Amino acid sequence: MPDGPSALQLVLSGDPALFAIVRLSLYVSLSAVALAALIGIPLGAWIALTRFPGRQGFIVLLNALMGLPPVVVGLAVYLALSRSGPLGAFGLLFTPSAMIVAQTVLVAPIIAALTRQTIEDLWLEYRDELTAMNLGPLGRVMALIWDARFSLVTALLAGFGRAAAEVGAIIIVGGNIEGFTRTMTTAIALETSRGDLPLAVGLGLVLISIVIAVNALAWSVRRAGERSAG
Amino acid sequence: MRAPSSELPIEFDRVTVTAGGITILDDVALTLAPGPPTVLIGPNGSGKSTMLRLAMGLLAPSRGRITWGGLQHVPPLKRAIVFQRPAMLRRSAAANLRFALRAAGIPHAEHARRVAELLELVGLHALADRAARRLSGGEQQRLALARALARDPSVLFLDEPTASLDPIATKAVEDIIRTVSERNIKVVMATHDLGEARRLAGEIVMLHRGRIVETGAAASFFDAPQTAEARAFLAGELLI
Repeated sequence: MPDGPSALQLVLSGDPALFAIVRLSLYVSLSAVALAALIGIPLGAWIALTRFPGRQGFIVLLNALMGLPPVVVGLAVYLALSRSGPLGAFGLLFTPSAMIVAQTVLVAPIIAALTRQTIEDLWLEYRDELTAMNLGPLGRVMALIWDARFSLVTALLAGFGRAAAEVGAIIIVGGNIEGFTRTMTTAIALETSRGDLPLAVGLGLVLISIVIAVNALAWSVRRAGERSAG
Repeated sequence: MRAPSSELPIEFDRVTVTAGGITILDDVALTLAPGPPTVLIGPNGSGKSTMLRLAMGLLAPSRGRITWGGLQHVPPLKRAIVFQRPAMLRRSAAANLRFALRAAGIPHAEHARRVAELLELVGLHALADRAARRLSGGEQQRLALARALARDPSVLFLDEPTASLDPIATKAVEDIIRTVSERNIKVVMATHDLGEARRLAGEIVMLHRGRIVETGAAASFFDAPQTAEARAFLAGELLI
């Protein structure tokens, strides 16, 4: 073992560098999930309620995109954001914003695909009632999203799990710059390759704790909500 | 399509419905006019639910036409339906009613008063804040009735409203149906329960295998049925 503090000491001492890494990780992943929700929930609801040519193929594609390889997304976003790329003028490469963009691309298909499934199932149940109430398309979508809200939390969680765990995309577009774009996952990858195992293990413990805590919180919210709304 | 002054009478003009090569309704002609409840009776699969869905406008005929107050394709502004298994929104009982009031375009200022009235009418005021899907079967059926009445309809369709209820819950629902009918809301109800038909019907429409076999005032239908099918059905024989 190399000299220096153990993993547990690092975590418990509230090391400021470690704290900054944790904070950036949460900022990037939560922002990406929020943006992906803004895209994925309306898109999923729209696909669930609309019939158009090629819809089946589109759904298969969307489901397949749930398994997008992060490094490929990282490469695509890198090319788009690089100086000579179509979005190069914004100068986003190697910033947290670029990492948010990459994770949004990864997470949006997950949220859209799970939303599509949830809303479509609920629509089968509600279709007659909402039609009999003479509700317009927008009213239907709003009612379905609201009534599916507890299931949609699960979709958001799946997205957050994906974003918080991935390293391939953000290490390419963020560059793992210390104090600027270094997150828990990129730091773990780096420290492991450098041999600083205590820091890597400490970050790993923090990452797992955060994922468990977020899931526990969402689960409690869902349980409480279901008790009051059915 | 502009709305007529009333959605009654509802006229079925030689209506046929086919699906997947099977004829569900065959050349049906019927007029639903204001008055005491019209009860559609007949065995399962005779076409009762399909008649209600057509009259509600949820289903289009394969042949023939349906008019509401003389017009075709009238949106369901003044008609409402309670399905055999109503879908409760994942909200409280009161929120289910508020949703229906909003869908009906009732001004927000009236919602609280109307919700209280509707809950009172169906005897659920004590359960206003309960999650609708946690209510018992009978309570859900009463809430579905209140929700259908939210838009203040001129005609109310009921599809086997007491099919899976015990006698106490059945009586509660039938009492509400009587109250509704006394308020000059035309009730059109499907049932395969002859006792229920006797208790509620002003007019009987008997269906068998997608055709109307007999119509008439309830009293004369039960005293002196004109057709062999009606006599067999009333005698409790299995109509196949």
